[in-house]
Amino acid sequence: MSFWIDPINFVIAWLKGLLESWGLQPGLVTFVMYLIGAFVTTLLAMLLVVFLIWLERKLIGRVQDRLGPNRLGPWGIFQTFADMLKIFTKEHITPDGADGVAYNLAPVISVGAVLMVWAVIPFTATVVGVDFNAGVLYLMAVGALGEMGVILAGWGSNNKYAMLAAFRAVAQLISYEVPMVLALMIPVMFTGSMSLQALVKEQDIWFIFLAPVAALIFFISSIAEVGRTPFDLVESESELVSGFNIEYSGLKFGMFYVADFLHAFTISLLFAALYLGGWRGPGAEQYPMLGFVYFALKTAVVYFIGILMRASLPRFRIDQMMDLNWKYLTPLALVLVAATAVAGKIVPAEMAGLRLVVMLALNGIIFAAADRLMTRRRSARRQVAQAPRPVAHYVQPAPTDPGD
Amino acid sequence: MLDDWLYLGIFTVISLFLPAAAITIAALLSPKKPDPLKTSIYECGMETVGETWIQFKPQYYVYALVYLVFDVETIFLYPWAVAYNQVGLFAVVEALLFIAILLGGLLYAWRKGALEWA
Repeated sequence: MSFWIDPINFVIAWLKGLLESWGLQPGLVTFVMYLIGAFVTTLLAMLLVVFLIWLERKLIGRVQDRLGPNRLGPWGIFQTFADMLKIFTKEHITPDGADGVAYNLAPVISVGAVLMVWAVIPFTATVVGVDFNAGVLYLMAVGALGEMGVILAGWGSNNKYAMLAAFRAVAQLISYEVPMVLALMIPVMFTGSMSLQALVKEQDIWFIFLAPVAALIFFISSIAEVGRTPFDLVESESELVSGFNIEYSGLKFGMFYVADFLHAFTISLLFAALYLGGWRGPGAEQYPMLGFVYFALKTAVVYFIGILMRASLPRFRIDQMMDLNWKYLTPLALVLVAATAVAGKIVPAEMAGLRLVVMLALNGIIFAAADRLMTRRRSARRQVAQAPRPVAHYVQPAPTDPGD
Repeated sequence: MLDDWLYLGIFTVISLFLPAAAITIAALLSPKKPDPLKTSIYECGMETVGETWIQFKPQYYVYALVYLVFDVETIFLYPWAVAYNQVGLFAVVEALLFIAILLGGLLYAWRKGALEWA
């Protein structure tokens, strides 16, 4: 194995050799290697946030016809470092009567829940934290942990706004988990494994072509899981004075934003891995670092679409948001799973071309039917809203006799 | 297999440790000037009225219940999804029945008004 073909595994092998030459026991060597691997992955993820914050501010600035950060360094790239220095030295104000454990645990859990996802993501053909055979289940379990952070923050802050916002946020987050889980089931069905590396390897045809509607559902519900526009009811400034993190200050407050930015990037990673073929591309098997580049490019595209959505869409109302999930996405996902299961059995996996055509047609039909139903519901609602209603006029009290 | 779990365990500990360490460092660096006025609770520019941990809308319970049903039942579907390539048409029909029951439950909840944000 040469350095230029697979530098990461080269370094790993070198480090392992070094540790063994020191006479450490094999078990201890594994432990130390895992410790280093986990530490490096999480640290890189945290450092990536610095870049992501700058990128997002810059891109949203451009969408809104502004320059974005442009003072510190080339293209304002050091802006986030300045912000970090500032936030590190801000006072931590704990509100009166806060529940200490919940209040302090919440930001840690929020960030930790997102970081944990990185343990199972396959970055290249050879570099994956752990090729865990229940990877998809792990993703969902860890994803649900983020909700713990939100509810702990809301409960511990001793503030009614924070608590109301946390209730709303958790209602949103748990609701959108249902279509997300169902949409993830379709790639698992095609692959016959829950390991993410196996899912990527199975994608001779990207799953976005075999299951476009599932990909769409996954994308929408993962945006909702992050709580980004148009699903940013979690942190709605005007309705709930910024939401569950209102009583936080200093880096504790910053941690919620670290979690937010990192989560947005992580769902792009997952979307790229699950539906866009992950690291796959010409030459990625021989040169793993090339796979890394493909993966990064695909992730960047998804992330960019997410930012564009954030910059251009208005916020949903909470009842609309719940309706979209329970009355549209969830039934659609259930029907999709059932239909895909039947179609997959009728057209076996060996006939790849035919299967692709059948799946595309099936998805097209289901999507068109769902769209038609949605349009009918919407026009029915619009008729109700636009129907002439009796207006209660303000009746002026009869003028009283000035003589009284 | 056991190694996988070891790695996940280490990863969990470290991913909780990193933010905790960052917050601890920031707490050491930051000024500490508590003030009764500063730490008082905000509520529309006045003192907070009554308990914070108030009763909440029963609607949240209903959503949580529907979610629980769906999450548990979809977890039952996952083993079937993993074995999908090996099982015959019969197992698929069984899963279809299962999904139909789920869908029926959703329609029932819908009809009963459990999904209305009122």
